[in-house]
Order: sequence, then structure tokens, then C-alpha cells
Amino acid sequence: MVRSVDVHKRFGRLEVLRGVSMEVAKGEVVVLIGPSGSGKTTFLRCINHLERIDAGRIYVDGELVGYREKNGRLVEDREREVARKRAAIGMVFQRFNLFPHLTALGNVIEAPIRVKKVPRKEAEETGRERLTKVGLADKLSAYPAQLSGGQQQRVAIARALAMQPKLMLFDEPTSALDPELVGEVLDVMKSLAREGMTMIVVSHEMGFAREVADRIVFMDEGVIVEEGPPEELFLRPSQPRTQAFLSKIL
Amino acid sequence: MEWLLAIRFDFDTVGDFLFDPIILRAMRQTLYIALLAMVLGVGLGVVLAVMRDSRNPIVSAPAGVYVWFWRATPVILQLLMVYFGLRQLIDEDIFRDNWTRFRAAVVTFGLNEAAYMAEIVRGGIQSVEAGQMDAAKSLGMTNMQALRRIILPQAFRVMIPPTGNEFIAMLKNTSVAFAIGVVELLNAARIQAAANFRPMELYTVAAFWYLVLVSIFSLGQAELERVMAVSERERPETLLSRAMAIVGTRRGV
Repeated sequence: MVRSVDVHKRFGRLEVLRGVSMEVAKGEVVVLIGPSGSGKTTFLRCINHLERIDAGRIYVDGELVGYREKNGRLVEDREREVARKRAAIGMVFQRFNLFPHLTALGNVIEAPIRVKKVPRKEAEETGRERLTKVGLADKLSAYPAQLSGGQQQRVAIARALAMQPKLMLFDEPTSALDPELVGEVLDVMKSLAREGMTMIVVSHEMGFAREVADRIVFMDEGVIVEEGPPEELFLRPSQPRTQAFLSKIL
Repeated sequence: MEWLLAIRFDFDTVGDFLFDPIILRAMRQTLYIALLAMVLGVGLGVVLAVMRDSRNPIVSAPAGVYVWFWRATPVILQLLMVYFGLRQLIDEDIFRDNWTRFRAAVVTFGLNEAAYMAEIVRGGIQSVEAGQMDAAKSLGMTNMQALRRIILPQAFRVMIPPTGNEFIAMLKNTSVAFAIGVVELLNAARIQAAANFRPMELYTVAAFWYLVLVSIFSLGQAELERVMAVSERERPETLLSRAMAIVGTRRGV
């Protein structure tokens, strides 16, 4: 579903990604861990072209996102084409990024109506179903400011799912939440994983990673240091950097 | 203190002219010029703001030059150029017949206002968190869709107070249109003052109507801010909403 080949990315002089290569199979759940500044979030944002890449290739479902290849070089796609490909990749942000001027339902139906041209009535109906599924049937007409962090993040997940994505990216979805609200968001993500959604999750929720992840990828200083199934990587990390990191967070 | 007794302010004259048809007509001219110019200014200002933030210099440079020109020259010069200047350049009867003083004033104030609105809109757009654009794009929206549906509605809230200031400033500035012979409120008062040898009384009449117009729009602005508030929690109380609440309780609503 996702194939990344030797991806490089720099912000000015700072090289944030220094050759990231990984593959994610359809239906797989991959959890990205690593110290802050290791490039996890940047890599995630490169997958749906919220950031440009300087070298390498990222394919989603066999297609480059945001680029065409011309004579072996990357050429940025037209905006409409970029938008079309992004629509198939859902993203959930650390700070929710709900649209504050729209209700919960408004947040969920906006993109289906504008981007997919779904009739409003139909969009509202599926939107209500999606919000019900994340346990917010009674909050349809609430504005984001009236919702708790956990509720906001669940709306954000429903909003991303409303575009029927084939891949979901989660950028530290629970790290801005009060501890007692983390569980409700993780529950929604777990059930999504059980339904077979392909997911790449940047998170330090080790319980979630152990229970749901098919594979853990440890990044540091812009490269993938080590990867493997959770039990293996958590219990028997082979690299000293992984060991040092895990000893701090476990 | 004897000189105080020599002051002759004729309140009857003020009363006579306050609702004089000529004055009222001039007051409407002032109002129409300001309102139409503001509509033009906001519309064009949004376009200019978006152009200026474009990464393509062929798009952003003309917007920059536009703002520079209209902000760096006196509005009275702009009026003269747009009215007399264009009438000289375009020597066609059909243009001259249609290019009235009133229309020239609306266009000039509108184009002038657009330069200032462009900066206000830009500030408004920049005040919206970057995460909003990320979220919109991640859902497959194009820049234009994100701007129209997500960014601008949020930017407008931030823009209301400075835009209100702009509108009030412009409403008063329309008096400069006397330079191309528009009979707006102040000009009408001036003409009547000269004809009746009652300058102070007539200026008082003009001041009265400016005060009324500006007060109405200040109330309207507060009301607009209330309506545009993101949620009930942030909704400020206004004079009007308080008055409505009092009327409401009296009626037992």
C-alpha cells in the first residue's frame, strides 16, 4: 500500500530525513516511534505531500503522491491532481485541527460535499452514522469549542474516514489529550485496525502498539534504525540506540 | 465675559436644515458612495490578498504594485485622475455621459479601499492556524476550496474590527469628493452655509448626520461580531443584544 524508497527531506540546512525506505502492506498497522526530532512526523507529512521531498520516491497504492516522474526526475503534479490523491489518504493530527466554524457534523460532511460532490442529504446521513460509530451521536450539532479533546479527536477521525480513504495516517493522535481521554480515542483506532484499515501511526502509546501494531518502526536522526513485530522489538531490541530509547519510555 | 453674549448660534436654522431635502439627499449620496465603495473594496481586497500571497511572482507582483500605488498617493489626486483624467483620455460621448461624478467617486474610493483591505485580509488569513490548511488539504481540498470554505470564514472574524475602522474612516473621507464636484453631505452643507450666511449652523447639521451614520454602523459592527463568534461561549454581549434581552424579559419571553 505504501512504498517509500530512500526519501530525503531538508528544511534549509537541517536534513530531517536521510534516506527513509519502508513498505507497508495493505491492512497492516505500523507504529512509528522515536525521539522528538527524529523525523517521524515529517515522514508522515511527506506521504500525503503536505511536505515536499528532496529525493527518493513515495508510492501509495502504486502511485506517486504529488509528483510525476519525468526522465528519472520528480516533477510536482498540478494542484488538482495532488488534491485528488490526497483525498484517498486520511490524516489525523496531534492538535485535531477541526474547523472551528463548523459543527461536528459540518466538519464531517464538508469534504465529501465539496470534494467528492456527494449530495448533501446523503453526506449528512453517512456523516451521522460515522459520528454515531465513534460514540458522538449526541454531539452532531456541537461546535469543536464545546467538545472535550477526546471528543474532538474522534470527530477528526470520523472526518478523515468520511472520505473513505485506503490509508490512514495518525500523527501523535493522543499526545495533546488529558490522560483520562486517551482511551476513548485509542478504542476508536483499535476498532478501525480490526476492520482492516491500513494505518501508519506515530505514537508513544506502548500499550496500543503492543496490542494493535503488526510492526514497530524505530526512527532516529532521520533514518530507520530498526523495525520488527512489537514483542520482538520491545523485548529484544538489537540496536543500542533502540535499547537506549526504549529504556527511557518503557 | 461679555463677548459670550455676542455669540449668536441660531438653533432654528439647525432645525430647519436638519431634515432639509437637499441635505438628506446629500446624506444619502455620502452613504451610497461609502457602501458601494466598501463592497468593491472588500471584494477586490480579498482577490489582492490572495494574489499577494501567491508563490508565483507574476501573480504577486502586480498586487504589490497596486497596493503600493493606491496607498502612496493622496485620495484627492486619485479622484481627480479617475474623474477628470479619464474624461480627458477617453474622449467618447458614451463614456463621458456615463462617467458621472458619483460613479467616479464610488470607483475611486473602492479602488483605494481595496489596497487597505488587501492588507487587512492578508492579516486575517495569516491569523488562521496553519493546521487548518493542513487539515483541509489532507481531505483533498484544493487551495481555492480550502481558502473559501475553511480559511476565509475564520479570517473574516478577525477582519471585522479593522474593517469597521476602515469603513468609518472612508465614510468621513467621502467628503473629499467635493474636489470633483460631488454634492455629498459636507459639500451640501458648505453650499447652504454660503447661501444662508450660517456656516456654524450648517456645519452642525453635517456633523449631526455624520455622528448618526457612524453610530449606526458601530452598532452594526458589534452585532456582526456577535453573530460571527465561533461559539456561544465566546459570544460577546452588545448594546443591541442587551436591549433585546431586556425587551424580551419585559414581554415575558
